[in-house]
Amino acid sequence: MSMTDELYQQVILEHNRNPKNFGTLDPCSHSAEGFNPVCGDHYTVSLNLSEDATIAEVNFDGTGCAISKASASMMTQALIGLDVLAAKKLFSEFHNLVTGKLDPDTEEHSLGKLTAFSGIWKYPARVKCAGLCWHTLNSALSGGDTVCTE
Amino acid sequence: MKRLDLTRIRNDFPALQQTVHDDQPLVYLDNAATTLKPQSVIDTISHHYSSESANIHRGVHTLSERATARYEASRESVRAFINADSTHSIIFTGGTTAAINLVARSWGRHNLQAGDEIIISHMEHHSNIVPWQLLRDSMGIVLKIIPITDDGALDMDAYTDLLSEKTKLVSIIHVSNSLGTINPVKEIIDAAHREGARVLVDAAQSVSNQVVDVQALDCDFLAFSGHKLFGPTGIGVLYGKEDLLNDMPPDNGGGDMILSVTFEKTTFNRLPYKFEAGTPHIAGVIGLGAAIDYVNDIGLEAIAAHEDDLLRYATDSLSALTGLRLIGTAAHKTSILSFVLDDIHPHDVGSILDQHGVAIRAGHHCTQPVMQRFGVPATNRASLSIYNTRDDVDALATAISSVQEVFT
Repeated sequence: MSMTDELYQQVILEHNRNPKNFGTLDPCSHSAEGFNPVCGDHYTVSLNLSEDATIAEVNFDGTGCAISKASASMMTQALIGLDVLAAKKLFSEFHNLVTGKLDPDTEEHSLGKLTAFSGIWKYPARVKCAGLCWHTLNSALSGGDTVCTE
Repeated sequence: MKRLDLTRIRNDFPALQQTVHDDQPLVYLDNAATTLKPQSVIDTISHHYSSESANIHRGVHTLSERATARYEASRESVRAFINADSTHSIIFTGGTTAAINLVARSWGRHNLQAGDEIIISHMEHHSNIVPWQLLRDSMGIVLKIIPITDDGALDMDAYTDLLSEKTKLVSIIHVSNSLGTINPVKEIIDAAHREGARVLVDAAQSVSNQVVDVQALDCDFLAFSGHKLFGPTGIGVLYGKEDLLNDMPPDNGGGDMILSVTFEKTTFNRLPYKFEAGTPHIAGVIGLGAAIDYVNDIGLEAIAAHEDDLLRYATDSLSALTGLRLIGTAAHKTSILSFVLDDIHPHDVGSILDQHGVAIRAGHHCTQPVMQRFGVPATNRASLSIYNTRDDVDALATAISSVQEVFT
């Protein structure tokens, strides 16, 4: 498969065109900002936990490339209903996926549609794009405020 | 004027003789970031390390004498290249950034006081912004910014209004690396001098495509890099008027910049060595000399004509593409084309163009204030050089259309 076909799958292009849960939650219980100073990507992730400590709503806002935006959009869909521990576990699985440490075909995971990003580890310049909002989410859940890819 | 022999020139650059991504010829359009290196530069550096690798200015043996002679011959080549009146005015630095920082630390700290004003422009590279901010924060000087117009030119009326007796330095980019604009530096220098201010010209992006004559310009300082001039990375030049350099304190202390050292007192060496402490980038200096020889051999006027022709062709080609907007359309510019595509982020454009063998830069080009001025997070930038052809421009236009197809 060519890089273009591998990176820009229909599901990714669709989320880039029509991102889900786009915009900032106000008020919110947790939020953080993420920057990639190399390409200028800049996002905010904001979320609210429900009374049972699961993620009731999670949004992202900002600008960036198709890979970072689609990753963020699909992330928000995957997170709703998860508790903080499960969200962090998903972050860890996604991180392993995009760095080539998790083979979704042979190993157990709960990534679902996020496996669309399984080929990205072959393109090191784009791994940071896919991971930006996930690192931002992790920071928000850990009480941090700003993350930077560099 | 002679036309460039493109076949010969392209053959001079071994990097162009390769294919990328499934045997596609390399279309290298990232020359504003760094130019490729001709075989003569590579051979000169290789020869230095193979046959004359020695330290300079101190050896009594054959190799050291040879290396010293080649190093100082490069200084003479640089002097002639920018028409400085003396080699004492030619300081070798690590690059344009290091040269500007040297002026900020040595000239700035020695000559400025709180309340003094430095004028820069909205289109400066970060390397001509941050050194002055560091001075501002430590010394209380004031930074004034020349605005840019919607087509990417300097607002010269605003510049004239900013000048006053408080202005001590104007530090200005000659050719914008993100917009391609050629700034009227002679006019800027003359106006600054009428107010008694000094002028530093950042010539990183101009020395490869036009004659830069420091005496005709009457600039006080001028900085450029080797690697944007077909030379090695890690080497650059600071030109300064000799009386200014003589009056400035050394920036780095160490070997080679001294005449004598005791624990009580050190006497500094004369120019230019006062500013070249430690073993310099000898191979880089010698390689820079070879790069200047290469450019002189082709001729800057012929290079300028070639790049102007390419600029017109590329501007027409890209302007004809639906959904593409050029950023930086000043009347007077070099062959740098910044552009954005509707609803497609430059990072995605750059990745997909690369798959077609087309190398461009996507990002803010170390000019974030320019991005803010034009309301974009980043741009795509194609920058053309001596070895680029109309075929390269056609390849770019075709590849851009492919990007747009992916995102329809």
